[in-house]
Amino acid sequence: MIEATGKSGRARGEAVLAIFQRGAEFTKQLLDENARLQRELAEVKRRQSDAAQSDGEWSKLRSELVSKIEELENENHSMLERLRSVEGENLQFAERYVEIEEENNNLANLYVASYQLHSTLDSAEVVKAILEIVINLIGAEVFSVHVCEEGGDVLVPVAVEGDQLEKCPEFRIGEGFVGQSVETGEVAVADPATTGGLPSEAGEPIVSIPLRVEEKPVGAIVIYRLLQQKSGFSPLDNELFTLLAGQAATAIFASRLYAQSERKLSTIKGFIELLTQ
Amino acid sequence: MAGQRILIVEDSPTMRQLLVFALKRIRDVEIVEARDGMDGLRKVTNDHFDLAFVDINMPVMDGLKLISLIRGEEDLMSMPICVITTEGAREDRERAIALGANEYLTKPIQANKVLAVARSLLKRVD
Repeated sequence: MIEATGKSGRARGEAVLAIFQRGAEFTKQLLDENARLQRELAEVKRRQSDAAQSDGEWSKLRSELVSKIEELENENHSMLERLRSVEGENLQFAERYVEIEEENNNLANLYVASYQLHSTLDSAEVVKAILEIVINLIGAEVFSVHVCEEGGDVLVPVAVEGDQLEKCPEFRIGEGFVGQSVETGEVAVADPATTGGLPSEAGEPIVSIPLRVEEKPVGAIVIYRLLQQKSGFSPLDNELFTLLAGQAATAIFASRLYAQSERKLSTIKGFIELLTQ
Repeated sequence: MAGQRILIVEDSPTMRQLLVFALKRIRDVEIVEARDGMDGLRKVTNDHFDLAFVDINMPVMDGLKLISLIRGEEDLMSMPICVITTEGAREDRERAIALGANEYLTKPIQANKVLAVARSLLKRVD
């Protein structure tokens, strides 16, 4: 999909280049037109000089000249209008090009995040992928990943970045900033400028991303502090929160199912071996 | 910039994939990935590269060690290097520049910045 978007971005880039080329051609046309007019003016001057000896010829020439000037002025006016319109179009295309570039970048980030989350069925690898996405794509400095057992209501920390795991608090579903976010399934975002403590020091979270599969809570990603250069969240960050809420939950859920099936398979194999001995 | 080669030395698959996505927009560029500093050193000494993106924190051999070894090789002295750091790691960044890195990018990286840095450093090679 991104490959296609990249090609589409390049095609649009080429379209913008074509617009600039059209602008250049248009300027060349203007210069040619100017040269033609200068030639015509020289011709008229020559005729004026030839006809200046007779009053009748002079009057005829003058009316010809006046109508020619009017015609040229109209032409000049319409060309200026066209030039302004082409310039306006150029500006619009340049702005659109920048927007498309930004969209391309955002899509690349979302694709990478999604790809990495689903590139493994090992639960430790899934958690590692979540950590990498939150550090590298969102830019969080301190955050934790919590999971809850099926049917349970406690979100237990399984990984933390920037602090000690054993000092990271648990959260109860339905209670507080994180618990309520997981219960409702809504990403909760506080003002990053006013908060940002360590979880071990009872710091307040600034973001809670609920992880749910089919309305059932699977866990949460809790961000406490952003990297220094991040003063707030961009629209891409919000897209990543939404992506993580769905895709990370599915990845964790899938890895659990895989682990369960592996365990069952191993039990069945053991049982069969026992029976066949 | 046709036919140029870029090496990405980064342990995080997420970052590697993101860098590849950004750099693929440069026409006719070949991108090679290395998982850590040692892998990067092996690749950079066996093949020619026009530019390298090097993460600082990596297992086996970190980015600072890799940069110092690269700059110690006569053939590789002029190869442009861009380091990838976190904003908090200012000392690492300064050390990398002192060791001979040409540019740095801070996380979270943005594709357009990666592209701009790559284009600017590849121009130096031209």
